[in-house]
Amino acid sequence: MRVLVAMSGGVDSSVAAALLVGAGHEVVGATMKLWGGPSDSGCCSVADVEDARRVAAQIGIDHHVFNFSADFSRSVVEPYVDAHARGLTPNPCIECNRHLKFDRLLRRATQLGFDAVATGHHARVEAGPDGRLRLLRGRDRVKDQSYVLSVLDQERLGRCLFPVGELTKAQVREKAAALGLRTAAKPDSQEVCFVAGGARGRRRFLEERTALHPGHLVEAGTGERVGSVPAVEMVTVGQRRGLGAGPGGARRYALEVDVASRTVVVGGEQDLLAQGVELTGLTWVGDPVPAGTAVQAQASAHGEARPAVVCGHPGRWGLRWVIPQRRVAGGQTVALYSGDAVLGSGVAVWRR
Amino acid sequence: MTTAYLDHAATTPMRPEAVAAMLPFLTERFGNPSGSHSVARSARAALDEAREVVAAALGAKPGQGVLTGGGTEADNLAICGVHAALGGKVVCSAAEHHAVLHATRAVGGEVVPVDSTGVVDMDALAAALTPDTRLVSVMLANNETGVVTPLQEVVAAVRERSPEALVHTDAVQAFPWLDVATEAAGADLVAVSAHKFGGPKGVGALVVRDRVALRPILHGGGQERDRRSGTHNVAGIVAMAAAARVTVEGRAETVARVGGLRDRLADGLLASVEGALETGPRERKIAGNCHLRFPGVEAEALLLLVDQAGVCASAGSACASGAMEPSHVLLAMGLSREEASSGVRLSLGWPSTSAEVDQALTVLPKAVAHLRG
Repeated sequence: MRVLVAMSGGVDSSVAAALLVGAGHEVVGATMKLWGGPSDSGCCSVADVEDARRVAAQIGIDHHVFNFSADFSRSVVEPYVDAHARGLTPNPCIECNRHLKFDRLLRRATQLGFDAVATGHHARVEAGPDGRLRLLRGRDRVKDQSYVLSVLDQERLGRCLFPVGELTKAQVREKAAALGLRTAAKPDSQEVCFVAGGARGRRRFLEERTALHPGHLVEAGTGERVGSVPAVEMVTVGQRRGLGAGPGGARRYALEVDVASRTVVVGGEQDLLAQGVELTGLTWVGDPVPAGTAVQAQASAHGEARPAVVCGHPGRWGLRWVIPQRRVAGGQTVALYSGDAVLGSGVAVWRR
Repeated sequence: MTTAYLDHAATTPMRPEAVAAMLPFLTERFGNPSGSHSVARSARAALDEAREVVAAALGAKPGQGVLTGGGTEADNLAICGVHAALGGKVVCSAAEHHAVLHATRAVGGEVVPVDSTGVVDMDALAAALTPDTRLVSVMLANNETGVVTPLQEVVAAVRERSPEALVHTDAVQAFPWLDVATEAAGADLVAVSAHKFGGPKGVGALVVRDRVALRPILHGGGQERDRRSGTHNVAGIVAMAAAARVTVEGRAETVARVGGLRDRLADGLLASVEGALETGPRERKIAGNCHLRFPGVEAEALLLLVDQAGVCASAGSACASGAMEPSHVLLAMGLSREEASSGVRLSLGWPSTSAEVDQALTVLPKAVAHLRG
């Protein structure tokens, strides 16, 4: 098989490429240049491209750089900024997978005559008895990345390979070390790749691209103003940091973020609990599941999957939690699982 | 698989004469020409002779040539060096090589738009020629489109409107094809780079005419009459001189032969690829440049496909990561980002052969058809 392997310059994709070469495939490496400039910290910096190129040379494959920065700006960065401006909590890694890795890159690979695109994600693909493909959690539960792949469908899955999905991270690093790859001990990537410098960096990044406004903290029960935040657009539902303490020193959480009125409704942990979540933009790995289906739902990359029941109808889907759960911030992706298998995902809708 | 190398504007192989000329200076004549003993003097003699050859090829006196570590350094020395000495405003065109464009921006200069052929817009240039203008930098031949600037017109405009201003020209791409000694005779500063005409990489020269005030940008031993410091790259300089000599001697013949190949390549592709467009008027381009656009095709994908079939070409310019950036030259000419990213530069050079053109004429139309599905 002719395989184009997306090499970020990290250890997982390095080993993914090496495994494919070892399996006898005709492999070519490609690094996507997605972002550049002063905040260039993540999976597309010059140093990372160099790592990818050196690993490719070491394992004896060609390596190319594809400049998809215009697509990345349009499909990932601009929606990210726009979501924050609307008080939502975006997940740019999922949008990058949806629009870049498993769309732009996949199309480029097909154009160039490749049979498949491989990445270093910790996830597995298996064909069921009916021939339908199943997207499964990676063997390493701590490093499992099936959540960020939950936007894939049958057509795309059929052209994807995740060679390290069967390995634990420790095994990946061992393999890289055994091959003498320079990325063997490279730290895992963190946070959003195009924003460097933690919360302060994120604030600076957003400030340069959209107006941030100070906001009031309003107590849920009483409507009383109990404090302020420097930028309402930076607050996430469920957040505790920077909001002070409630009566008697109780933990205080953000319950709602309303950019229009520049208020953040706050309350205690109990107030944060919700019966369910409405979802939009659902995509299914296989067939859509009918309302009433029991699933496990995961609302963040490394969150726990909680039991829920699918409810609603096409156009207005939702989940009802079996046990009330903390509310999901609008904009967050919720992935639905049946055991290890990803069923699909949708984006949480914020409704007052 | 045979390789059709069509990226001579990026770099061209060294002339055998240049390779032969440099070898003794990597071995027995290794001396530092700034010394006084016999080994040093042996290197010094070769350096002096090479300087004369290079200066003559550029229409300058030996004392007017500053030997540099390449074209980028020569451009930077011209712009930053003159700006440091004279202050005032630096003006360049929007289609300049990054070595000029970024240096101009670094000294707070003004970038003037170009017309649809990539040549500096003469009205806009005239407007930029204010009393405080001290340096104007306009390239002789564009590195991407190959279009030649009528430099005499630029010089005349500068002399008329800003008599105190100097004119610099980046002749890096022009040298293999144009008689730079004549074409750039009106310029006060002229930059060239050896590896574009069969010399080694990392060597270049800047002509600095007598009336030019210039401060060094590299400080040290003052080897180049205090205009540039650093131990001379004797082997590289000697090789540059040998390449310059061969280039000048055979230039008319090379232009005629390679120009014919280029015409066959461009005409062949324009005829066989539907919708293909040529960038810039052919009659105003240097003989080695064939720049085409294939609407609906991404150059990044096309170049990879043709590379797999042995054809080496390029598009735009590469950033530090190796990614291709849409050409700032094409954007400056008024093309959209999408149009610019469909542009491919096939550049021929002194060793180009008819067989390479044949290979490109076979491979490119197929690849374009494949990508258009």
